[in-house]
Amino acid sequence: MSKRTGMEVAIAAAEAVALCNIDVAAVYPITPQSHIAEHLSDIVHNGRIDAEFITVESEHSAMSACAGASATGARVYTATSSQGLILMHEILPIVSAMRLPVVMGNANRALSGPLNIWNDHSDIMSVRDCGWIQLFAENGQEVIDLTIQSFKMAEHPDVMLPAVVNLDGFQLTHMIEPMEFPTQEEVNRFLPERAPFATLHPDKPVSMGCFNMPDIFTETMMAKNEALVNSKQTILKIWDEWEKQFGRRYKPVETYFSEDAETLILTMGSMSETASVAVDEMRKKGKRVGLLRLRLWRPFPLEELRSALKGCKTLIVMDRALSFGGAGGPVGTEIKSLLFHDKSRPRIVNFLMGLGGRDMKVEDFIAMVERAGKKKDETYEFYGVRQ
Amino acid sequence: MKQKKWPEAWHEVTPGCVVFAPGSASTYKTGSWRAQRPVWDNKKCIKCGICYIFCPECCISESADGFFAANLDYCKGCGICEHECWPQAIAMVEEEV
Amino acid sequence: MIEIRWHGRGGQGAVTSVELLALAAIEEGKYAQGFPAFGPERRGAPVMAYNRVDAQPIRVRSGIYQPDVVVVLDPSLMTLVNVTDGIKPGGLLIVNTAKPQKSIRDTLKYTGRLATVDATHIAREELGLPIANTTMLGAILKATGVLKFASLDVPIEERFGRIAAKNKKALKRAYDSVKISK
Repeated sequence: MSKRTGMEVAIAAAEAVALCNIDVAAVYPITPQSHIAEHLSDIVHNGRIDAEFITVESEHSAMSACAGASATGARVYTATSSQGLILMHEILPIVSAMRLPVVMGNANRALSGPLNIWNDHSDIMSVRDCGWIQLFAENGQEVIDLTIQSFKMAEHPDVMLPAVVNLDGFQLTHMIEPMEFPTQEEVNRFLPERAPFATLHPDKPVSMGCFNMPDIFTETMMAKNEALVNSKQTILKIWDEWEKQFGRRYKPVETYFSEDAETLILTMGSMSETASVAVDEMRKKGKRVGLLRLRLWRPFPLEELRSALKGCKTLIVMDRALSFGGAGGPVGTEIKSLLFHDKSRPRIVNFLMGLGGRDMKVEDFIAMVERAGKKKDETYEFYGVRQ
Repeated sequence: MKQKKWPEAWHEVTPGCVVFAPGSASTYKTGSWRAQRPVWDNKKCIKCGICYIFCPECCISESADGFFAANLDYCKGCGICEHECWPQAIAMVEEEV
Repeated sequence: MIEIRWHGRGGQGAVTSVELLALAAIEEGKYAQGFPAFGPERRGAPVMAYNRVDAQPIRVRSGIYQPDVVVVLDPSLMTLVNVTDGIKPGGLLIVNTAKPQKSIRDTLKYTGRLATVDATHIAREELGLPIANTTMLGAILKATGVLKFASLDVPIEERFGRIAAKNKKALKRAYDSVKISK
């Protein structure tokens, strides 16, 4: 393990990608991801890695270039945020359907209308269904670790699916904090060379990105779904390997004081760390509160969530996005529907918070727990909205 | 057990729907769509190759003696070769019923 | 945990200072955060940046509303922005100014702990530019004792290369000449 160092998390993300020895990066800059794009292009330009950095003209082209490069067997990376992510949307389900292990860093930022460059999860939530593995990082160390792990998860022969690592825009990307990088030798030991099951090569021609008729489409969709659902087993194995090699433990649902908690808060991303401080303060006052941090969003870890919820009476789901005109926050909605038939399911309260970069303070989490206790109905609520 | 020509069950679908047999489009004989077929009159043919160039199916080829003919497995009878032929050496003839 | 808020103008190096402070703390084996008030900025616009330093891992990621220390890099901001907003009782205000401390206290109606240093003047002499950010770091270290002076060495060397020596001189002068009062 190389020494503890301080740097901006976005720069660290680019450094982690460099350790993975990618072949191609096709990246278009967008606030707040731009430092990742800039630093990665510096790394390639300075010859630190033997890679091609394609300066594409849009995110749509970025993802298209990634798909094409990945189809030839290259190890590929891109990064984006918000409007850039949804500009790529057209290609996202194609990449997963083609089973190409593209890895993407997404600096979570609010979707426009009105234009807002600050942090929330509306961008990634709007592409929930695209068939990618989706992970959330809480701090700089996790950004490094998850980025390196994603290449192994994506390229694993039992998975062969693209993966996106979410890091909160500004809150993480522009934060300077201490981190430790694995050495190049350690990463080489962890991450083998990519061995694709098929590549585009003139010597051995195959067809990729084919057409599919109604009489086989349903089966194709089931095959893709099974691949994503079953990828969880491989993800867990890879997290075991990571712990053995690096000593840091990763779980699909991280728990904090949840064992005897009556009330649990569920968060994703960097706000989880602030929420854990709130849990400490509430525990000091004798409240039996705990925290669940959802690290693996797709495939959804239902078993791990169920076991974390044992004994829980109230689950407060903090969403940083919402489905307009729908049932509320995407995470709250999904958990409600997944637990609908469970006889021992907790009461689920859904708050929308931290939208468009609105700060989430320790006292906000404490206030939400109190509000959940007083709330009589089960509708979702915009926490802190000025009426 | 006979090898299945196409995947049927969900677990038989190739990952990514990759088709490993190259050039498999050639097994689909589009010639059966034809209502008319091109016939060359080699007395008029000047061997310019325009019909070969314009065929959208790329199914016209040159024979050893320099004259041209369509591969009837794929020719869809669109009539472009007849339309483009300068000396009007090609005639579109009704397919026999 | 100590929380520091910096006030500066875009282009004066507030974000660089915050970075250097965070890196120095990490050099010492401590935990630190350094971040700007995120947003679109332009040269000359008032900006804020933040540091947290602690011996324990820092888990809070929200903004800083009740700083222990407030640093004002540009004295002209004192009449534009409420620089003492939220400062903790017993907190410390550090101002880059050539004026006497009484003048600052009167302008801001501030009665808490105050440290002043004419960082602009030092920077002009040592660096040839009125960019006072690294100079102010010297004043902060002396007034707060948050880090060892030597911990800034490596971050400054790495950041400034050829002009690191000049920056260190400016830092030392501010460290030695900052006036602190209760």
